[in-house]
Amino acid sequence: MPKKEIEIRIRNLNIYSINKKQKYSHILKDVSLDIPKNRLTSIIGPSGCGKTTLLKSINRLHDIQENIRVEGQIFIGDEDIYNTRRQVNELRRKVGLIAQRPYPLPANIYDNVAFGPRLHGKRKKSELDDIVESCLKRTYLWEEIKDRLKEPAVALSIGQQQRLCIARALAVEPEVILCDEITSALDPISSEKIESLLLALRQDYTIVMVSHVLRQARRLSDYVVFLYFGEVVEAGSAKEFFEFPRDQRTKNYISGIMPGL
Amino acid sequence: MNKYIKESIFRVLMIISVFIVIAFLVIIIGVNIVKGGIVLINEPAVIFTAPGPKYLLGGEGGILHAILGSILMVIPSTCIACAASYLIALFLQVDYIKNRFSNKLRVVFDVLWGIPSIIYGIFILNILIVTNRRGSLGAGIITLALLQMPVIVRYMDEALNSVPDGIRESAYSLGATRLETAFTTAKYALPGIIAGILIGMGRAMGDAASVIFTSGAGNSMPKGVSKSVSSLPVLIFQQANSFYPSVREHAYAASFVLIIIIIILNTISRICSKHFQKYTAGSDR
Repeated sequence: MPKKEIEIRIRNLNIYSINKKQKYSHILKDVSLDIPKNRLTSIIGPSGCGKTTLLKSINRLHDIQENIRVEGQIFIGDEDIYNTRRQVNELRRKVGLIAQRPYPLPANIYDNVAFGPRLHGKRKKSELDDIVESCLKRTYLWEEIKDRLKEPAVALSIGQQQRLCIARALAVEPEVILCDEITSALDPISSEKIESLLLALRQDYTIVMVSHVLRQARRLSDYVVFLYFGEVVEAGSAKEFFEFPRDQRTKNYISGIMPGL
Repeated sequence: MNKYIKESIFRVLMIISVFIVIAFLVIIIGVNIVKGGIVLINEPAVIFTAPGPKYLLGGEGGILHAILGSILMVIPSTCIACAASYLIALFLQVDYIKNRFSNKLRVVFDVLWGIPSIIYGIFILNILIVTNRRGSLGAGIITLALLQMPVIVRYMDEALNSVPDGIRESAYSLGATRLETAFTTAKYALPGIIAGILIGMGRAMGDAASVIFTSGAGNSMPKGVSKSVSSLPVLIFQQANSFYPSVREHAYAASFVLIIIIIILNTISRICSKHFQKYTAGSDR
């Protein structure tokens, strides 16, 4: 891959978790990856192989957990996010995370979207109104909820809540969006809406998605990374990955024969 | 024994214990309300008039000084305790200190919670003696703040702990600092926090032992921060000790007022919790 197309470079990333008896367990083993800009990259693999850990390390969310140690480098653009003078929250602003289940903040719909811009110093009502409207339009929510912006966000259906979470993440103008199995709690119709939303968003954002569903990864992704027990087994463009897998473990995983699982 | 027989035996036991406890509560509250109500109907002026100089000796007057004293002591002390507890509770969260230390601090607060209130009173009394001061409104406020702080801290801490990690993570991933995240999670935990504050306030409102030495417990209207005040529980104690039946009757009126204040506090807390729950209901996972 040419260098200018790469958004995130992960080099020799090792993540350990420390349990109560001070024993280490190695979650990610020497992961090195290139994630392309303005493309949708899927991370697939069996449960417990470190997909979510990898995703959260891009956002430095492990900082708030005391029992996780991160070693290695992650570059976003040219900046090593684990070795920089900038404040962590400035870094996190550039990387939005959307969780498996929607967690609307305890406020009304408008304030949920406006929360991020307000944190970063946008206070003018007209400016906030514009941001809220455009973000809700981008997530196809505006038509559905434009009359109920002052209602509590938890009153929305779960699929709408998930799109609201995406709108909330878009409102701070990130460069990278991390999606952690964002359709797994949703019904098929909501999932479909979210999927088409992701496809539209990848024009402008670098999206990294964790998925359990192979078919979904196949439908949506440009690039695929296969993680297996903390190691990157194979990474490449989606077409190559699904049609001509090189590694035997990848072949088995795709075809559904995974010995020992 | 057949498991269905066991089931019905336990059911009967449960119903009996609920009945016993509720019966006692109803009797206690009922007696106070009925007897206090009778006194108040006969002489409604009791709650509006200041006590005369010989009030506790059967003289003229009412219990206004104690009602005002209670309010003047409890509200500022609750404000102080809330501010301190809120900061402590935020500090106890994982984001600021390590779990090991916060768990040890929690034990400390549990112990403080369990300490009888007279110990707090004696502690402040000692300080008053060393600094050569008299019992006063200010000292009472400090004592009551200390008394209710452990309760409020533990309640707030539990409420903040029950906030799903996802809320915290979403605030962080939007670029919030630790403080901004803490405010967001606090908003989610608000029903629990309010419950804690009201329970602490109730503890302070109903406590006699801690203020009996520290607030002066005099028989005059509250005049200033450094002057002596009385409070309802202390007054009830004094009235109930009296030789004069008319004064002892007034103790019921004071209990009536105290119970009404506690009921009002509880109602306010319910209403507040309900109001803020609309932002969290349904997302409680």
